[in-house]
Amino acid sequence: MDRTLRRTKEFIVEGLIFLSGITSILFVVLIFVFLLKEGLSLFKEYPAGQFLFGTGWYPISEPPRFGIVPLVCGSLIVTVGAIMIAVPVSVAAALYISELAPVKIKDFLKAGIEMLAAIPSVVLGFIGMVTLVPFVRSFFHIPTGLTALSGSIMLAFMAMPTIITIAEDAINAVPKPYKEGALALGATRWQMMYKIVLVAASPGIIAAIMLGIGRVIGETMAVMMITGNSAVIPHSFLQPVRTMTATIASEMGETVYGSEHYFALFALGIVLFIITFIINFIADLFLHRKKI
Amino acid sequence: MSRRAHISQKIAFSLLFLSTVFVVIPVVAILVFIVKNGVGAISWEFLTSYPRAGMKQGGIFPAIVGTFYLVFGAIAVSLPIGVLAAIYLNEYAKDTLLTRTIKLAIVNLAGVPSVVYGLFGLGLFVVFLKFGTSIVAGSLTLAIMGLPVIITTSKEALSSVPKQFREVSLSLGATRWQTVRHVVLPNAISGILTGAILSIARAAGEAAPILFTVAAFYLPKLPRSVFDQAMALPYHLYIISTQIPNISKQTQYGTALVLVGLVFILNLVAIVIRSRFRKKKKW
Repeated sequence: MDRTLRRTKEFIVEGLIFLSGITSILFVVLIFVFLLKEGLSLFKEYPAGQFLFGTGWYPISEPPRFGIVPLVCGSLIVTVGAIMIAVPVSVAAALYISELAPVKIKDFLKAGIEMLAAIPSVVLGFIGMVTLVPFVRSFFHIPTGLTALSGSIMLAFMAMPTIITIAEDAINAVPKPYKEGALALGATRWQMMYKIVLVAASPGIIAAIMLGIGRVIGETMAVMMITGNSAVIPHSFLQPVRTMTATIASEMGETVYGSEHYFALFALGIVLFIITFIINFIADLFLHRKKI
Repeated sequence: MSRRAHISQKIAFSLLFLSTVFVVIPVVAILVFIVKNGVGAISWEFLTSYPRAGMKQGGIFPAIVGTFYLVFGAIAVSLPIGVLAAIYLNEYAKDTLLTRTIKLAIVNLAGVPSVVYGLFGLGLFVVFLKFGTSIVAGSLTLAIMGLPVIITTSKEALSSVPKQFREVSLSLGATRWQTVRHVVLPNAISGILTGAILSIARAAGEAAPILFTVAAFYLPKLPRSVFDQAMALPYHLYIISTQIPNISKQTQYGTALVLVGLVFILNLVAIVIRSRFRKKKKW
């Protein structure tokens, strides 16, 4: 009796464990299904071609236009800028932390980077508004500091913790004999680092960069607060832009449930979901290639 | 070592060092900046009274309370599911297609933008399940968003428990679940706790997922049930820094300070637990 009771209990517990195990799949599917369910309703009345390739996003004009090209370009320019700043700095910092820093300083630096990752994006957005935005405005003598450049700089700092942490793991995973071999052949430490360590760690570093891109493209609050929210196709970094994320976040509150605008924002969510899905998938491929 | 190689090494190392400084200095600067400007706003009244005069005066009490409700609602859901999922992956799952799919799903959940979680929460909880804009909708959205962190950190904690512990337990006649329950889990608890706290800290700072699922611009009284709307700190900071003209800087900095302080204290607690755990490790 006691034994059957225990068996039943274990059967239930292990059932729960299995169910919890597969919830992640369930949630990914649910997210995709609900985005599709709401988003695809747009295309009953609005042609998909005009949505994907339209160059005007005027959701409340008559008739409304939902062309996402300016928003995609906005996300793109901000992301490119942020990655251009974040990648060299992050890879250099990862090299320093894993190869050069003394143990005590290393712990301090890692704690600092964890803190940077922990600052909520709305706080970074606020800090950007009160410090970076006025600075960019007066430095470049432009009418507003709410520009793609400001967004890129702020986002670079949000991407750095991700890139540094994963790149550092990759650098640490380079086998010691590789390094010793290089040094034994007469390479300086720096030659060893950039000719051996960086090359051997490159799949992991690429994964780190991909995840950094994913982080930046999906970032919402800071971007919405400091890029100026103007849905035009940008021609320079010193122009206000509007990203896909900021569009969803700032417009969803004003839409009526079931309206074309509401569906259009979900459709934009699908585009965003697919982009980040692909980026993460590629990053995952590189991460697993590393462990040969 | 040739002279040139030596010089280029010196230059390179200095650049690497400068890059690292470039990452860490802003963290310190941001903290000092927020504390210096915000500390003047912090008072008992600021923390315990309602906003007045169109947010321009008064405190942030309802936003603090709302954030606590949301965060604890989220962790109450995501911790059990996340830990059980980690147990499944680490203790039960074999290397099958299903397991690989689960891992890929976790990676992708971690990568879904926070605003897309917001859309999902709106579509599923607010509209489809008819919860309305409510604490329960926001908490569940935050819970799903926090799952990947909890699963990953718990799994790491479980896998750091040596294999021999399990083998001894199993060889003494314990079942798989008894081994997990009495041998593996107690040895992994600090790691799991660390993950849970980090996930709470992250949920407390997120604004995008709660924008359309729970957040209220202003509420004259505290929420009385889980189906009520609530104010929340990150959303409040967003509102007062973008939507309300001529608000005093001090109120903004004060709100930012409370939010950052909350998040950092949680992170510090997690770091302390982790380092104590590492020192106490018996294997």
